[in-house]
Amino acid sequence: MRTNDVMLQTATKVVTFIILMFAVHIFFAGHYTPGGGFVGGLLTASAIVLLMLAFDIPTIKKILPINYVVLTAVGLLIAIATASASIFFDVPFFTHAYDYFDLPLFGETSLHSALLFDIGVYLVVVGVTMTIIQTIGEDE
Amino acid sequence: MSNLALFPVVIPLIFAAILMLFPKKLHMQRIVAIAGVVATLASALVLFSKVNSDGVQAVTLGSWPAPFGISMVSDMFSVLLVLSSTIVTLFVLFYSIPTIGVKREQSFYYPAVLFLMTGVNGAFTTGDIFNLFVFIEVLLMASYALIVHGGEKPQLRESIKYLLVNIISSALFVSAVAYLYSVTGTLNMADLAVKIPQIEAVGILTVIAVLFLVVFGFKAAIFPLYFWLPGSYFAPPMAILALFGALLTKVGVYAIMRTYTLFFTMNTGFTHELLAIIAILTILAGCVGALAYFDVKKIIIYNIIIAVGVILFGISQMNAAGVEGSIFYLIHDMLIKAALFLLVGILTVIFGTSDLRKMGGLIKSYPFFGWTFLVAAFGLAGIPPLSGFPGKLLIVQGGFEGTHFWGSLVILATSLLVLLSVVRIFIYAFWGEPVKIVTIDRKHYLSMFVPTAILVALTVFLGAGAELFMPFISDAGEVLLNPSLYIDAVLKE
Repeated sequence: MRTNDVMLQTATKVVTFIILMFAVHIFFAGHYTPGGGFVGGLLTASAIVLLMLAFDIPTIKKILPINYVVLTAVGLLIAIATASASIFFDVPFFTHAYDYFDLPLFGETSLHSALLFDIGVYLVVVGVTMTIIQTIGEDE
Repeated sequence: MSNLALFPVVIPLIFAAILMLFPKKLHMQRIVAIAGVVATLASALVLFSKVNSDGVQAVTLGSWPAPFGISMVSDMFSVLLVLSSTIVTLFVLFYSIPTIGVKREQSFYYPAVLFLMTGVNGAFTTGDIFNLFVFIEVLLMASYALIVHGGEKPQLRESIKYLLVNIISSALFVSAVAYLYSVTGTLNMADLAVKIPQIEAVGILTVIAVLFLVVFGFKAAIFPLYFWLPGSYFAPPMAILALFGALLTKVGVYAIMRTYTLFFTMNTGFTHELLAIIAILTILAGCVGALAYFDVKKIIIYNIIIAVGVILFGISQMNAAGVEGSIFYLIHDMLIKAALFLLVGILTVIFGTSDLRKMGGLIKSYPFFGWTFLVAAFGLAGIPPLSGFPGKLLIVQGGFEGTHFWGSLVILATSLLVLLSVVRIFIYAFWGEPVKIVTIDRKHYLSMFVPTAILVALTVFLGAGAELFMPFISDAGEVLLNPSLYIDAVLKE
């Protein structure tokens, strides 16, 4: 029997974007308030999982042709590279740098090197979560 | 260069991440993996010479002041272990290329080995007890991947047990860390060493110390917590087994050695007495196993347990001879266990079985291999001038100087049993009537034998050149016996 999933699919198309936007919000909120790359990554992964539930894995693979293992590796490299930059300035590992900049539209903004590290964390979390879920999900 | 202590931890991590980008390219995988380990070895050597000339190297991550940030500390003891573990990994990698199989090589085998190395080197280097937990988790994750790698039936069966035991012990670890934090208010090891002597509630600290002994005992496979080890280590292929046997239990042993010399010294009458008794029981239990089996893998696996007991007995004495002996024996054991597993691996390839009773007469066709095996076997048992001897001698001396002369007697007596257990392999496999063997071509044989033989040669060098290494070992022992050296390096910056 074919189940009717029109409602799920229609809702998903809207909800996915809300989740993704919220993930971005949480990601940037992370420096001074709760949030960050880890939670942002989990939210993003949950949005993709929702898509996979509503449609099916082959369809999602077609619209998001991402190799999640490579994504994990790239995230890891970004994170290590950010942390290792401290080696070239001869300060202890993981020491972060920040400054205030006047950006158009945003006004005075503080930019942190920790953000780059968080992007790495974000990619690793998305990559690992999706690899795990895909591996289990594809297993018939 | 303040970050030098971190290089042996970060370099394998970078190379592991790079290796994940192209899992199917066989040649690139091999080359990059070996380049990663060689780079790590180079950084470890630089670090070693730095520690040797300038004393303990400490760096606190993120430029936080010392007790608040995570400290990474490289003293002589930790850098010696980092060096030995990197050397072992390098030779095991050379050995895996011909033996592990293309399918495994293309499914993230090399990244897993390098992640394992990150965890092991990190655990040896960290100066923060919670960070130690994190690095142990890193190496456990990699070991989970390696133990099921290939997905053969016994591997799957044993990996469930392995996972379960380690998850339980990790849960215990976190609770033990929480207890420790609630009593002392710090997790920085140097800070713990300052604060613990000021706390009057010795009773609760003793309980926590014993809890940590249980946690690390699971990893180190002490009596009676070793039950998971023989089965789990039996399942994966030989190269992985050699890595596990040489490195994983040693991390647990290192953790016990570090915590029991640096800060759990408030009630040595109880904790170190307990450690000595458990160490002796571990030796006896290991001997029973090593003599009971006719399977070459099992015999060597039980010898891991014996060695753990010997090392811990030395450290429980808390005198210069015992501690230096433990350090020497620990380094010796990492090298010799890896060498023996690789030798036994070649044996099982040649005979096509790991059952001793189906072997025989190999000395005629592989004489040089036979004598190499005998040297390694003598080295394990501690026959002078091979590498097992100086360590064991010092440990036994430590026992006689301390209060546990009976423990030293047990170690001396069981040395004979250890010798018997490995010489039995030699007698069964190399003497007697030749049996039918698998023909392997010369090139394949040499690609397995050469890294193994070099590793055995290294252990011979370690034993015969003990005089050369003793100054470093005494340096390492001095930091363990005088925690103030360690504390000053971390806190006075």
